[in-house]
Amino acid sequence: CYPLLKGTVAVLKWRRKERMFLEGEKIACRSSQDSYCFFSRQTFEKLLIANRGEIACRVIKTCKKMGIRTVAIHSDVDANAVHVKMADEAVCVGPAPTSKSYLNMDAIMEVIKKTRAQAVHPGYGFLSENKEFARRLASEGVTFIGPDTHAIQAMGDKIESKLLAKNAKVNTIPGFDGVVKDADEAVRIAREIGYPVMIKASAGGGGKGMRIAWDDEETREGFRFSSQEAASSFGDDRLLIEKFIDNPRHIEIQVLADKHGNALWLNERECSIQRRNQKVVEEAPSTFLDPETRRAMGEQAVALAKAVKYSSAGTVEFLVDSSKNFYFLEMNTRLQVEHPVTECITGLDLVQEMIRVAKGYPLRHKQTDIPINGWAVECRVYAEDPYKSFGLPSIGKLSQYQEPLHVPSVRVDSGIQQGSDISIYYDPMISKLITYGSNRAEALKRMEEALDNYVIRGVAHNISLLREVIVHPRFVQGDISTKFLPEVYPDGFKGHKLTDLERRELLATAASLYVAEQLRSQRFLGTARIPVAKSKRSSWELSVRLGDGIYPVAVSKDGSSFSVEVDGMKLNVTSEWNLASPLLSVTVDGTQRTIQRLSRNASGDTNIQFLGTVYKLQILTKVAAELSKYMPEKAAEDTSSILRSPMPGAVVAVSVNPGDTVSEGQEICVIEAMKMQNSMIAAKTGKVKAVHCKAGDTVGEGDLLVELE
Amino acid sequence: KEQKDFVRKVSAGCRISFFLSFAAVKYRDWLSCGRGKLTARERILLLLDPDSFDEYDMFVEHRCSDFGMDSNKNKYPGDSVVTGRGRINGRLAYVFSQDFTVFGGSLSGAHAQKICKVMDQAAMVGAPVIGLNDSGGARIQEGVESLAGYADIFLRNVLCSGVVPQISLIMGPCAGGAVYSPALTDFTFMVKDTSYLFITGPDVVKSVTNEDVTQEQLGGAKTHTAVSGVAHRAFENDIDALLNLREFFNYLPLSNRDPAPVCECHDPSDRLVPELDTVVPVESTKAYDMLDIIHSIADEREFFEIMPSYARNIVVGFARMNGRTVGIVGNQPKVASGCLDINSSVKGARFVRFCDAFNIPLITFVDVPGFLPGTAQEYGGIIRHGAKLLFAFAEATVPKITIITRKAYGGAYDVMSSKHLRGDANYAWPTAEVAVMGAKGAVQIIFRGKEANAEAEYVDKFANPFPAAMRGFVDDIIQPSTTRVRICHDLDVLASKTQSSPWKKHANIPL
Repeated sequence: CYPLLKGTVAVLKWRRKERMFLEGEKIACRSSQDSYCFFSRQTFEKLLIANRGEIACRVIKTCKKMGIRTVAIHSDVDANAVHVKMADEAVCVGPAPTSKSYLNMDAIMEVIKKTRAQAVHPGYGFLSENKEFARRLASEGVTFIGPDTHAIQAMGDKIESKLLAKNAKVNTIPGFDGVVKDADEAVRIAREIGYPVMIKASAGGGGKGMRIAWDDEETREGFRFSSQEAASSFGDDRLLIEKFIDNPRHIEIQVLADKHGNALWLNERECSIQRRNQKVVEEAPSTFLDPETRRAMGEQAVALAKAVKYSSAGTVEFLVDSSKNFYFLEMNTRLQVEHPVTECITGLDLVQEMIRVAKGYPLRHKQTDIPINGWAVECRVYAEDPYKSFGLPSIGKLSQYQEPLHVPSVRVDSGIQQGSDISIYYDPMISKLITYGSNRAEALKRMEEALDNYVIRGVAHNISLLREVIVHPRFVQGDISTKFLPEVYPDGFKGHKLTDLERRELLATAASLYVAEQLRSQRFLGTARIPVAKSKRSSWELSVRLGDGIYPVAVSKDGSSFSVEVDGMKLNVTSEWNLASPLLSVTVDGTQRTIQRLSRNASGDTNIQFLGTVYKLQILTKVAAELSKYMPEKAAEDTSSILRSPMPGAVVAVSVNPGDTVSEGQEICVIEAMKMQNSMIAAKTGKVKAVHCKAGDTVGEGDLLVELE
Repeated sequence: KEQKDFVRKVSAGCRISFFLSFAAVKYRDWLSCGRGKLTARERILLLLDPDSFDEYDMFVEHRCSDFGMDSNKNKYPGDSVVTGRGRINGRLAYVFSQDFTVFGGSLSGAHAQKICKVMDQAAMVGAPVIGLNDSGGARIQEGVESLAGYADIFLRNVLCSGVVPQISLIMGPCAGGAVYSPALTDFTFMVKDTSYLFITGPDVVKSVTNEDVTQEQLGGAKTHTAVSGVAHRAFENDIDALLNLREFFNYLPLSNRDPAPVCECHDPSDRLVPELDTVVPVESTKAYDMLDIIHSIADEREFFEIMPSYARNIVVGFARMNGRTVGIVGNQPKVASGCLDINSSVKGARFVRFCDAFNIPLITFVDVPGFLPGTAQEYGGIIRHGAKLLFAFAEATVPKITIITRKAYGGAYDVMSSKHLRGDANYAWPTAEVAVMGAKGAVQIIFRGKEANAEAEYVDKFANPFPAAMRGFVDDIIQPSTTRVRICHDLDVLASKTQSSPWKKHANIPL
């Protein structure tokens, strides 16, 4: 139908339609086959998504909106995945390990040829910043939705990107790397940079041997130690003196550039809440930036983008210190995981813009068109156990899964559904939960509600941690840094700490739930040959065990609600008591709470998710509780002489053999799971009795690895 | 005067029983040795609804006069068992609870008489009998009277079988002849670490066969739930066991005259189960967990599994569909590929017969590659034992709904509640493969391995549900996510099903 467009009228019509379409009117959806074809011609007819999970689904959604046919690729274990079902076509590119499937360029190129896809969206991770992949696509005449190879290469190199940034007059962390003659020179350099500074041996990796100096005296001392260490440990005299950024925040600027030299900055994202350098909670805008700083950062980001002739969407990451000085960190030449928060406050569809730009269209916005509307917060919901170093991966089948989409202004980007498997092969992210509000408080309130209403069963998840972070006073005030988690939870995350009132609420809710269940189990439908005795009971004396405490709770039925006495206080509990629903809305003395009962059994054990954290309770009648005193404690397994896998993963190495003597703290084996290697150490000194794993084995959580005598 | 006498007698009795229950508390430390055994009355208190227990025969005493047993200090009102009736969640049940504090719970003539009385009444009224067993064995002082007592109980166990559900909960030792009463009942549950079941104890075993074995190894809960298959489930302690028994009781009809109970249900009967569309792996050799399917289909994901650690290649147990109790039988692909062997056939057969006897509809999930081959199985009589399962399914006249999730190969296809055995609703998922055997074996027989692409042809022809559906052997090929809806609708319709078999004294199941 392209020739039809010839002639002025047609072109005018086309222009108008294009504008309408781009304004967000869904012409493609309601129009006939003709216009479907018509619109797809505007960009691409068929696009391949070289990714999986939520980002693949995210890209497919925009493609559907734009009338582009989609091709998904998948590994064999992903054959039933959501992105495969959503796409118009799907092709298997290999077995489960990423190196053989999602990173398998040959197979992907083959699929592109076979399906005749005109463009490839790489998502994030995998091949998104792989210049070889971009080059191969270009040589086949397939459009890569992203910047060109030059920009990928330039920004992918830490040194080159810093140099480029310097030349583009972007603030970089001031520093000196080389031989420092004496302490006086060190002081001179430090003064030039401005205190505080960090001094360390150049050859030392990471934060090893790092000293922080706040004045001249400390600089001299730092110089002495570091130069000694440099000479003795590394045999290399060079020292690195660099500006030390105290309380750093991680704030990044989203940029969008086209192939015609235009570039925009789409405001910032605050990504300071991190664990092990992985972002957990992100928001836009940042509470910390004032309009001037924002503009300065934005303009520098745009300058950098222009300097590398950047096109497509990209992110310039900055570290920002407590006095709002910002320093360039790196530039990510891809769509970021946390892009939805920017979309929420600017109203742009970044994927759509990327596709347009890749086709060669100029940007259709001006810098003045970019608003900050309201506030958006994103939580990354992971399948991991937050009680183990803020999150160790968990795997399993999502036996129940329900996204909180009934909460207003909630967006959930996910690539899984009820019944999906979270496997050891891929990132354990379940979804990105984004809430939006006219201001930050509103967005956070909705986030709280959304987290409470999120049903995830079958795998461990980090909802408890997320919920604690977003209600933490420091976070609410905006007083955050990249060290937030270790600072707030120095002994590791332990779950929500109940206040007395909350504990009473939880006990009252659990007791009421128990009584509701008991009452229901006496209701039989139909008429029985021997009549069922109707219980006239209206009060129950229960004993609820929560943690180490045992609490007497008295429940009396009061019409449809329960009156519960805990700690000498009376609480009124009302609910619909739908015992099959995974979410239970309960009102305790006027406070509405959404709780989830995860499990129960006949012995009174009940797990309740309350304020995000799962509490184990045991509810017994008073009589049973009194008698349970006589029940023997079953001896717990002696955990010091056995080593169990703390998470599912693959055994990378086993460093002991049966009969070896190990000392306390010695490494026994290494487990790798989802990008992380974990060293398992001996809890006591002893002789190895048996080794139950070998390198290359796949182990599940709780599997026995090694036994000591 | 007569009345006065009576009152005095009763109040004396009450005082004694009060004293006894007080004494029992003091006894506990002695009797449980810190192992956490409750007294006979405490057990009843936990099992039954509060204030619902009506005790029988509190004044019965043993009648033995030998060996100084007639002295007053050797007489206890009620003797060594507490009997009566009560309510569990409002529904009638007859209970006896053996009292280990009186002569080690040993069975005297009077003791047996008390048990027989409640059993007779239970059969007459039509209500289940629950026995809480905790007895050292026969009352040796009484000699043959005690043996006669056992036999009286056995007879009643047999006569009640199939009339009212009988449940035994073993909460202490149960040895010698006494073990046959639990063995005759429908369900035997045990308490871990405190209960034992064996014909002869470790000492006799040592003297006869020279085997060194502990009580726990010989007849503990683990042995009987995992190795011998004598017990159906084990619980952590007395309280855990009794509370679970209460919950289990709610699944059972009171007698063979009652339909399966229907509880109030909050789980919508038209709930779709989307995860079932992807639960069966793409590769037909890959295992999955049948329990995932069962949990996701049942009301509120609740499933009371029977014999969870024995013959795990078949899963049996009770669940509810739209509130109504159903018996579920499923092959477990996760264990031994879900094949049928001797133990799983026997386990399945007994469960199917219980459901049939007590009007509980049967839902069967089929993923079976066939019967397990091998000399061990053939010598063990897999033919005879496999026939039991076939017999049980064929004989059953309760509503029978079958879902073929994947493999239904060979004779095992016929056995697993197929259409041909009077199945009421037989469905296949799109992943179903109904064939005589796997493609590889079939092609080897048909072509002696000469045809290279014959395997693909066989797969094409039989590794799908269509040949069976075209012949009407499956009623429909259904979207897995709609399975719950289909089952609930079918059960509503089949509630009024009547079906009979020709008159017979009783069938002759290949035992």
